[in-house]
This record gives sequence, structure tokens and C-alpha cells, in this order.
Amino acid sequence: MQDEPTPTELIKAVADFLRTEIAPVIKGHNSFKLRVGINALDLVTRQLALAEAGDATEAARLKVLLGADGTLMELNRALSEKIASGEVDLKTPGLPEHLWQTTMDKLAVDQPNYASYKREFGK
Amino acid sequence: MIETELTRCVASFHPGATGVTGAAKLSGGASQETWTFDIVHPDGNVGAILRRAPPGYGAAPGRAAGLEAEATLMQLAHDAGLPSPKVMHVLRPEDGLGRGFIMARVEGETIARKILRDEEFAKARPMLARQLGRVIAGIHGLPQAKLPKLRGLTATKEIEDLGREYHSFNWPRPVFELALRWLRDHDPGPSSEVTLVHGDFRHGNLIIGPDGVRAVLDWELAHTGDPMEDLGWICVNSWRFGEIDKPVGGFGSREDLFAGYEEAGRKADPDRVMFWEVMGTLRWGVMCCGMMQRFRLGPDHSMERAMIGRRASETEIDLLRLLAPRGK
Repeated sequence: MQDEPTPTELIKAVADFLRTEIAPVIKGHNSFKLRVGINALDLVTRQLALAEAGDATEAARLKVLLGADGTLMELNRALSEKIASGEVDLKTPGLPEHLWQTTMDKLAVDQPNYASYKREFGK
Repeated sequence: MIETELTRCVASFHPGATGVTGAAKLSGGASQETWTFDIVHPDGNVGAILRRAPPGYGAAPGRAAGLEAEATLMQLAHDAGLPSPKVMHVLRPEDGLGRGFIMARVEGETIARKILRDEEFAKARPMLARQLGRVIAGIHGLPQAKLPKLRGLTATKEIEDLGREYHSFNWPRPVFELALRWLRDHDPGPSSEVTLVHGDFRHGNLIIGPDGVRAVLDWELAHTGDPMEDLGWICVNSWRFGEIDKPVGGFGSREDLFAGYEEAGRKADPDRVMFWEVMGTLRWGVMCCGMMQRFRLGPDHSMERAMIGRRASETEIDLLRLLAPRGK
């Protein structure tokens, strides 16, 4: 068992230091790059918090939709092939809801400030 | 030092020029660079921009029209009275600066967030969509006989290209598959009219002043094809920068864009425009995934590229909003 602090706590501490102590004193293009870097650390923190639960519910939905088992990657490949062939489409029960939920869960990690996500959140 | 070559070069096309000053690189990857500088002249300095592939870099890759074609198109647009910088000089081998051209520098803003938020553009914003409709109509009307050699593109070919590129990433994305399937099912076929298409008509490539649009830049993706492609691309949600209820660049309505387009004597086809908006949304998504590939495979191992890879999901939610909208 690895010791504390957790990866999330460590990354948060680093991001907070960069945000409050370093960002105010960096200028020019490096200030833009620093902002991108802080955003990346924040994204990793969100992924560590959210991905496990999101992946589990995504896999559960996929197993029902496809009537098959497999890794998340295998299940997504199978669904992609069925959409490409037209075997399943937006009229297939559960497909629109699945695609929406999966996409919302991705945005919650990638970019929760994206305007389309904020508009759709809670619908 | 680039100023040495530039000094020799400017004297050849700007009589009386004594040198250059303030040369600074604005942007650039390995194969293409943009520089700003001032031509020094006793009658007053002149702002200029150099766009070039440095010596040692050959013809433009893949989809790019090539710098010589870009210069020709920019000059054609300028001659037609469209907002386009004057091309001052096309580089020759003896200039020692590589391939490319020098154009007049147009002052103004290209950063979307400033154009959409700053007070100085408040008066311009409500009129921009209509104005851009007129400008893009002018571009589509440029004389075919004078166009440089450009690749031709149809909806069918673009769907195939995007599908191939997406599949090469070997990472399943059911929403992209849904979009590809929708595009195949709704392919409107060849357009009745084939014109010059700018190919990247959006924020970042438009210089805006408090008075409105001042210049259209970056003809790198110019080609011939369905003129509705340009109207669809500028409506892609990724270029609205949060102002998602204003489809044209976050500042205007489709109706205003089409009205401007039709004022200039051309006809907009809203259904085709919507088709190209879906295509454009998928295209930006595939481009985001491509950034991730380039990050992983190098040589540009930058975190900016890596993070753009994580923006592909933004296009997935936008595709779902277009193709599978939910109720309130």
C-alpha cells in the first residue's frame, strides 16, 4: 500500500502553488503556457476523482446495449462498429441516453466550463 | 539574423527603403513562420508581415494550398476590393528567405475573446455577421480564371478523408461514428456551383477593428468546392467561445450572415450550411485528436498540443446537440 498524501492531494498542492505564487510573476507566452499547465493538473485531479465511477456505469450501459461482455475499449469498439454499419442508431432504445451520459461524463473531466456542457447539465 | 536578409529584400520592392526594424516572430511551427517588422523609409516606416517556409523546407504538405497560391489569392481578394492585405513581394530564391511572401500589416485584433468581450468592439459586433456574409460572398465570386491551381473538395470526399483520419487514430468514439453515419446519410451531393472556398474562415483568421472586419488572413486551406462549406465552418460552436446562442462566431445570427451573403448577389442554402456545420464540428474534433497524436509521436511534445487532444469531447457534445438534441 502506498502512503499518503494521495496523488490528488499532491497534484492539487502543486497546482495551487503555481496558481497563487508563480502565475502572478510570469509574463508573456510562458504565462499562457503556465495557465495551460495548471489546467492540465486540474484535469488530472478531476479524472482521478470521477473516472472510476464514470467508467463503471459506462461499461454497465454498454453491456446492456450490446448484450455482450468485454473491456471498456472492446465494448466501445463494438458499439462503434454497430453505429457505422447502421445496426444501431438513434432510434435504438437507450442509445441516445447512453451517448449523452458518456459524453457528459467526459466533459465533467475535460472541460466542465464548456458552455454547451453547462447548458446541458441538469437536463 | 533575419533583418539582414530582409533589409536586402525590401530595397528591391520598396524604393528608398533603408532597412528594417523590430523584426519579431509572431508564430511558427517547424515548417511555417509569421514575422512582423517595419520597413524603414525616409517618408515614414511601413508595417509589414513576412509569411514563409524557412530555407530548406519544400512544398506545402497535404491539404495546404502552398504559400505562392496564398499570395495569389490574397492579392486577388485585395484587387477585388475585399478586406485583404496588399501583397508587397513574393519571395525569390535570391532573397535567401525561403519560400513565401511579404504583405502589408493590417492593425486590429484576431483574438476571439477580446473581439467578443472588449468594449472597443461593442459597436462592431452586431454588424459583423452581415459584413462577413458580404465578404465571403465576394471571396466566392473571385474570378475562376485567375485562381491558382487548388485541390478540389466535395462533401463525399471530405467524409471519406475524415473517416480515414479518425480510424487511423485507432481509438473508438461512438459519437464520431454517429456523425460519420449521419453525414453519409445526408450527403447533399455535388453543389450546383463550384467556387473558391477559403477553407478556414473563422476567428483567428479575421482581423477585426472597432469599425468591423479589416482583413481576411490565412488562405492555407483554400480549395475549390461547395461555397456553403465556408458558411457552415464559421457557425461551428467551437468558434463561438462561450457565446453559444450566437452561431456566427459568437457575435451574430445565421440570418444576418445569409442576408449579407445575399446582399452581395449570392444565394445561401441553409440546409447545406447546416450539413457543413456538422461536418466542420467533426472536422475540428478529428483535428483535436490529430494534435494528441502529434503530441505523442513528437517532435512537438508540448502540453498545449496534449491539452487540445482533450478538447475532442467538446465537439462530441456539440455533435450530440446537433444530431440528438434533448428537450429542456
